[in-house]
Amino acid sequence: MQRTLTVIHALGLMLVVFSAAYLLPVVTAVIYADYAILLDFLLAMIWTLAIGFLMWLLTRRSKGELSIRHGYLLVVAMWTAMPMFATLPLLLAIPDLSFTDAYFETMSGLTTTGATVMTRLDSLPPAINVWRHELNWLGGMGIIVLAVAILPLLGIGGRQLFKAETPGPMKDSALTPRIAETARNLWAVYLGITLACIAALKWAGMNWLDAVCHAFAALSLGGFSTHDSSVGYFNSPLIEFVLIVFMLIAAINFASHFLAWRSKSLGVYLRDAEAVATITLILGSCIGVGAFLWWQGTYTNFWTALRHASFNLVSMATDCGFASVDFNQWPIFAPLWMLFLSCIAVSSGSTGGGIKMIRTLVLVKQAGREFVKLLHPAAVNPLKIGGHVVPNNIVFAVLGFIFLYFMSVATLTFVLLISGLDFISAFSAIIACINNAGPGLNQVGPAGNYAGLTDFQTWICTLAMLVGRLEIFTVLILFTPHFWRR
Amino acid sequence: MKILILGAGQVGSTVAESLVSEANDITVVDSDGDKLRLLQDRLDLRTLTGNAAHPSVLEQAGIADADMLLAVTQSDEVNLVACKLAATLYNTPTRIARIRAADYLERPEVFGTENFCVDFSICPEQILTEYIVKLIEFPEALQVLEFAGGKASLVAVRAFEGGPLVGKPLNFLRSHMPQVETRVAAIFRKDRPLIPEGSTVIEDGDEIFFIAATDNIRSVLSEMRRMDKPTKRVMIVGGGNIGRRLAKALERDYQVKLIEHNKKSCERLAGELTNTLVLNGDGTDEKLMQQEHVDDVDVFCALTNDDENNIMSALLAKQGGARKVISLINRSAYVGLLQGGKIDIALSPAQVTIGSLLAYVRQGDVVAVHSLRRGAAEALELVAHGDRQSSRVVGRRIDEIDLPKGATIGALVRGERVIMGHHDTLIEAEDHVIVFVIDKRTVKKVEKLFQVSLGFF
Repeated sequence: MQRTLTVIHALGLMLVVFSAAYLLPVVTAVIYADYAILLDFLLAMIWTLAIGFLMWLLTRRSKGELSIRHGYLLVVAMWTAMPMFATLPLLLAIPDLSFTDAYFETMSGLTTTGATVMTRLDSLPPAINVWRHELNWLGGMGIIVLAVAILPLLGIGGRQLFKAETPGPMKDSALTPRIAETARNLWAVYLGITLACIAALKWAGMNWLDAVCHAFAALSLGGFSTHDSSVGYFNSPLIEFVLIVFMLIAAINFASHFLAWRSKSLGVYLRDAEAVATITLILGSCIGVGAFLWWQGTYTNFWTALRHASFNLVSMATDCGFASVDFNQWPIFAPLWMLFLSCIAVSSGSTGGGIKMIRTLVLVKQAGREFVKLLHPAAVNPLKIGGHVVPNNIVFAVLGFIFLYFMSVATLTFVLLISGLDFISAFSAIIACINNAGPGLNQVGPAGNYAGLTDFQTWICTLAMLVGRLEIFTVLILFTPHFWRR
Repeated sequence: MKILILGAGQVGSTVAESLVSEANDITVVDSDGDKLRLLQDRLDLRTLTGNAAHPSVLEQAGIADADMLLAVTQSDEVNLVACKLAATLYNTPTRIARIRAADYLERPEVFGTENFCVDFSICPEQILTEYIVKLIEFPEALQVLEFAGGKASLVAVRAFEGGPLVGKPLNFLRSHMPQVETRVAAIFRKDRPLIPEGSTVIEDGDEIFFIAATDNIRSVLSEMRRMDKPTKRVMIVGGGNIGRRLAKALERDYQVKLIEHNKKSCERLAGELTNTLVLNGDGTDEKLMQQEHVDDVDVFCALTNDDENNIMSALLAKQGGARKVISLINRSAYVGLLQGGKIDIALSPAQVTIGSLLAYVRQGDVVAVHSLRRGAAEALELVAHGDRQSSRVVGRRIDEIDLPKGATIGALVRGERVIMGHHDTLIEAEDHVIVFVIDKRTVKKVEKLFQVSLGFF
């Protein structure tokens, strides 16, 4: 109990900090002179601040060190409570929005999924749009630190692979000795790249509001858009190109960005085996799918095919979720390949989701290892990534993760099927949610959205997003008897 | 010359042995008294037990008036500290350290006068590795030694039936391939040296030493014997210092399998090597060898630190069908016993590495020294200085030089050019002269010959 109060204490503090996030939409509302919305946001801000402060105040006696066990609890509590409070302005400003949908929307925002239940995005008040995108951006920020600094402490996540055991340049992934310092550095990099993205998008022809919103969504690989037709609204190859570049940047481990910036050299990326694999796989797929679409006659011009294939494929593979055309209409290979990539392609320590490239590499190499073992029984053949040996216990952890990942996908897909959704929609919705990608296929495809789902189905998708975002173990561990046993 | 040797390990004792025979005053320091006693029983030198990095020990060993310090202990750090002490406290003129860690070698400033004051650093393992790499590159050769920074090479090869030159006199070589410049420096027939002349007929089984520009080695080799197909698969037994370096040097160009019996070492090796298949097992386990297709192996190298194991696994590999087997053998008695028998090449690490050390110790301008035929013969690279007045070499034709019997000038390297040593070739100042000495006892005379008389200064 004492420790649970400590969790609440920390959570209260988080909420107090989180309430500062309302300032950006407040400023937006002031700029657009939208005083009704301004009031809603101020109200939401005061509520969040008050409740957070109260939680903090009432439990201040329980302030103390958290055990690893309560670390899990805190992380999950944070990622469920923050979307809850984030729904306040939406509920206040849009009276006909149900809590279920609002929670889905904010969860989608904070987990950087980018799936939406909202329609007529173009006519939403700017402050609301800024809020949605800011949630994306904050979610990305949280994820980077969670992935690079906090989850490894709890013993989960791809970055753990590079912890302790591995000598050499990868050890720098611990960046600085202290978590707080690491977090500050990563946020500085994240902020810097975001500002660059805003400037680039403005230069490419967006207005300031769109530029800020899309930069937020691109860097966090969230994928919210201010338009119903997403990036297709702009119909500009230049904007698509800028977004492709920044999505790819966001799909690489931010620790590498930080190291590259600190050492002022691009060699860091070449030494990051994961980044190389991510970029090679995605760019290779772009060309392949582009050629496929051209060959299939979806687009008669190869360059048009390449343009649309590249943008949508990069967007899906990096788990961003922008769309420029309705790729649901493409021959089924292309969208399924994009969904497949969304499972495996992004680097750990980036803002994307799914299995992550590092685990994919471990699995591929493990498979190769089995072959070598069969041919040369005496061979000593450790699993190496980027020249560093990955210890066996980590390989087992990765295998465990993959198992849970696929079991989660299967189970949740079955639940959606039971609830009456068609297979392609159900399967693609779960894949898109658990990978935090955004749009799926058919009913939840880029042309439609998640608004057509029943409340139950919406909650299932919400759960999928949370489970996927927190790397499965973190959430599921709360449901094991061992966790609660003292 | 007064020489202080730190470390009585394998390198230290071989150097000591070699230098004692050249009439130097030698003191050997080691922390292991037993090793020193063994050394003292055998050789005429002084020994001292103690930590070689302590000034008091160095003083006792007589560093104050030593001309040269050879720090060749097992520990890089001790060697570095000793050199630093020798330079700053005792002003020892020449300081040579054995350094193994690549970390140091990659940063030459570590050795500078403001740091550890090491004049020359040597790494016996590296020298040996490079030596073996050459043998794998030219599987027909018994020995490949480089001179003048790799421009010219001295190659030992056994003539076999099937080579175009076998059964023909030497001057046939010139008419047979006029475009290739080469010179046969010595021929050993049934272990007895012959002075090669134009009319000498090469017989099957002769051991031939020839000098050629490094690019031409392959074409000259093909004259002496039928060429094998180039090396593709290499199997190494023993993942110690040498096995590891060799695997690292070879793994990009060849298929390398490395057998090591220690599981822990295997894991470390497998982590470090990218393209080598590391196998955990015994080097003398013929089942493992068969399983890993020793019959397809082009070159098999037994490189553990146990002579008997190396010999056994090399013999097993030869029996199993390996094309060429190389075995590392420390005991010189074994080397003579085995070379040329079932084991194609018996390598004595001491003989291979001693040359690079000797070059620093020798008088005159000796750039390189290579021991040949287990130390009985020597090939030297000397620089000719001065002019016709001050030097007994410069400005003279080769047949005018008063070379001792059994010494031949094989080739000259002038700038970038390799010039074969014919009787009318004129030697110029700053030429690198490669001299082949059949009898080691005449080496001193050759060195004297190249010394500049005092009038030069």
